[in-house]
Amino acid sequence: MTTPAAPNPRPVLMDGLRTAWPICLGYFPIGLAFGVLAQKAGLSAWEIGLMASMVFAGGSQFIAVAMLQAGAPAVPIIATTFMVNLRHFLMSSSLSVHLRGSSGRFLALFAYGVTDESFAVNMGRFRDGGWDRWRALVVNHAANLVWIVCCVAGTWAGRFIPAGAFGIDYALTAMFICLLVFQLRSRLFTLTAVLAGLLSTALYVTLPGTVNVVAAAIAAATAGFWLRRRGRSGGRRPDADS
Amino acid sequence: MPTRDYLLLLAGMAAVTYLPRWLPLALLAGRRLPPWLTEWLELVPAAILGALLAPAILATGEPRRIDLLRPEFIAAFPAFFVAIKSRSLAGTVVTGMLSFWLAKTWF
Repeated sequence: MTTPAAPNPRPVLMDGLRTAWPICLGYFPIGLAFGVLAQKAGLSAWEIGLMASMVFAGGSQFIAVAMLQAGAPAVPIIATTFMVNLRHFLMSSSLSVHLRGSSGRFLALFAYGVTDESFAVNMGRFRDGGWDRWRALVVNHAANLVWIVCCVAGTWAGRFIPAGAFGIDYALTAMFICLLVFQLRSRLFTLTAVLAGLLSTALYVTLPGTVNVVAAAIAAATAGFWLRRRGRSGGRRPDADS
Repeated sequence: MPTRDYLLLLAGMAAVTYLPRWLPLALLAGRRLPPWLTEWLELVPAAILGALLAPAILATGEPRRIDLLRPEFIAAFPAFFVAIKSRSLAGTVVTGMLSFWLAKTWF
């Protein structure tokens, strides 16, 4: 497999950074909060920085710290981390469509930065066009870097930042709202998203853990797929597979 | 300095986080996918974003309950409105933050 040479790095870097800003803004309060919490659980700045850079997954980091504090052994913590992050499997599958022809090394580097946030931002940009994997890679790693820095900074700066200032806690939620709207290209997509949301919420309040996201996403995407196929096979076939 | 146990724990966590991120890329990016899989994958982003977002705005943390009077839910209305009307990420983020801030002080 050959990889075409990377394009001129400067505009790629600028585009990537400009696109990553809402993620960075949203990571700021969460990273700081994580630093504060992890320190209270007895972790040093070193250990916190190591966890952020090796694991790089907000949700499971919080859970791991809570479990460590409760004295849980390593194996259940690792198993929980695995369950919590299984949703990235779906995201990477979806991203792979846009990364065709990349080298193994590129993919290995790219994979490290696949998160809910970078996935949502990059899929939106890929869909609009004018986006490529190098710019997407910059988004992944800019967000990565900000996350790691904020987690470590939280160990000393966290207590000086008033909690919830300016509604910054809502930055990521608002970002997801907008990126979801970008994905709603037709009534079928809206239906799929609403179904996923309702299912996910129903599972969230009835089952412990985080299976709700993966289970609801798979079920809703499959239902949407089935609806589309059914609509196509009945009567006219405007875009039948050639 | 981190202890050996802590480093082993991190190595385990890193492995189980990295694998689901990397495997689909390594397996799928190099080949042509069957049309049905591409079509299914097209719907995945909307499904995942809906599945991630809905519980975060509709339900509380622990204990988990549906609660429609949360500032998170109330702030979602102006955020959705701005997102649909303006299709601006910056506008949505700023509107969401401000609405959330206001909703939090009032409710």
